[in-house]
Amino acid sequence: MSERAERGTSERPSEQSSLVSERAERGTSERPRRSPVTASRRGPVHWLSEHLVMLLALAVLVYMFLPVLFVLIMSFNDPKNRLAYSFDAFTWDNWLNPCQAAGMCESVTKSLQIGFLSTVFATLLGTLVAFALVRHRFRGRAAISLLIFLPMATPEVVMGSSLLALFTSARLAGSLGFWSILVAHIMFCLSFVVVTVKARLAGMDSQYEQAAMDLYANEWQTFWRITFPLVFPGILAAALLSFSLSFDDFIVTNFNHGNTITFPMFVWGSAQRGIPPQVNVIGAVMFLIALGMVLAGGALQRQRER
Amino acid sequence: MSVTGVETPSADPEQDAPDPPAREPRPRSDRVGYLLLIPGIVWLLIFFAVPTAQLVATSLYDPGGSLDTGYAMTWSFGNYLSVLVEYQQQFLRSAGYALTATVAAILLGYPLAYAIAFKAGRYKNLMLVMVIAPFFTSFLVRTLAWKSILSDNGFLVSILKAVSVLPDDGRLLATPLAVVTGLTYNFLPFMVLPLYASLEKIDPRLVEAGQDLYANPITSFRKITLPLSMPGLVAGTLLTFIPAAGDYINSELLGTPNERMIGNVIDSQFLVQLDYPAAAASSVILMAAIVVLVMIYVRRAGTEELL
Repeated sequence: MSERAERGTSERPSEQSSLVSERAERGTSERPRRSPVTASRRGPVHWLSEHLVMLLALAVLVYMFLPVLFVLIMSFNDPKNRLAYSFDAFTWDNWLNPCQAAGMCESVTKSLQIGFLSTVFATLLGTLVAFALVRHRFRGRAAISLLIFLPMATPEVVMGSSLLALFTSARLAGSLGFWSILVAHIMFCLSFVVVTVKARLAGMDSQYEQAAMDLYANEWQTFWRITFPLVFPGILAAALLSFSLSFDDFIVTNFNHGNTITFPMFVWGSAQRGIPPQVNVIGAVMFLIALGMVLAGGALQRQRER
Repeated sequence: MSVTGVETPSADPEQDAPDPPAREPRPRSDRVGYLLLIPGIVWLLIFFAVPTAQLVATSLYDPGGSLDTGYAMTWSFGNYLSVLVEYQQQFLRSAGYALTATVAAILLGYPLAYAIAFKAGRYKNLMLVMVIAPFFTSFLVRTLAWKSILSDNGFLVSILKAVSVLPDDGRLLATPLAVVTGLTYNFLPFMVLPLYASLEKIDPRLVEAGQDLYANPITSFRKITLPLSMPGLVAGTLLTFIPAAGDYINSELLGTPNERMIGNVIDSQFLVQLDYPAAAASSVILMAAIVVLVMIYVRRAGTEELL
């Protein structure tokens, strides 16, 4: 694995979370980059100019975290009336009985089912395409690359509406529901899976596979013992990405949902009437689960590197 | 992909035999490749390419038809003209908001990506996680949180009024500023991550060399760092602008009918007014405008290899 070799020479700290490692892998070393000229100037103005970028960056991070913090706080809110957005009283109730909001848990279940199924299908189909793109020869490569790129560049509102136009002209408009949401989610997750797995596969050193072949492993054995484990982090990242894309999708779903209510549809529907505080619990739980997974992934990787 | 070229000779010489001679060394021009491709590509053809073609067809249907009577194909190019005239404002507004949000995302995202790449030291990964983490909370829930944060009786408005930044009858919610704030917020990670990825690759020795040659920090940023981060900047701009131009959740939740974007129009044409030809024509215009803008932008930025 080239990344490991690189990491060894560059002495970079090895705390890498699995989700972000892909981007960090190609990194260069961090050496102090302070020229003697700038280091000689001291004083508060200098300190400020030296840390200005960092201070700006931290301010931006606060901006990014503000809504999440708000969601976390509001999940403990006991609102006096549904349209008010003020924090009225502290309560554990929302966390203990999240299903008290009528219809919410059903919608979460629907979203989980759709998210799971579309992740499985999109990851499977997308991984196969990624292998074909990197490892095989075929005609029409440019057209296929374009077909994979376009869904990512198309605004969701166009994708959702064009699917609806298709279903309507196929006289299926009356039966839209679970299946049409699933079909749409698999479609827009697919491209992201292809791109993610392809990046992992293309950056992979083939010397391990060659070594296995030299040691008389057949294709099948080489694939399952060498190739697949090496590509697996990419596949896992793609699956996580698919799931979060699917679970969170509103726009495409809004066009093709029929009468099926997913979690985002539920939130949208209740937004007009004032959202129940339990919605914030789901938001907070999603955030905490994701954060936990990222941190656990990082810890796992650190352990493995030791 | 250079990886695979090396693998060819030793991997499976027997399997390559029936194939036509390869011009470039690429393994296995075989049926397996097509078999791997077919399921995914067929899915994309049926549920992406065909619907897009269907959308274009729908945009040319007779505008006099309805869902009950069915639509006749009359090649009514007039549909385009009529939506352009009727929703001119929303089209322009979408472009304006998306552009503003993209510029704001660059102004916020560049320092953040720069700090993560060059200044964060051992906190680099922590900061990266912090960029990604908020986005695991539902998009809608976060936008609704913004609605509360910016609301008239929220703490932000009170603070701004207390320090007289905002007049006493001033509002944050239901203004163009609120919509742009939401758009910027929602698509900021798509700016930060590609920017970080290309900043990360810059060899710090180049900047050092520039300083040795008496370039001041501004010059060395302008002549070294900025040009080298262009691929990330281009990718980030596209990833921010495209979804922002088509978005209607922010304008719906954080704005008023005066801040309606073209996404709102398409949504209500399709789902409320059930005026399919007009809706399809609006969608096609949005998509065509984006494709044209992307092509011009990518060509001018000189990073064609991105596509």
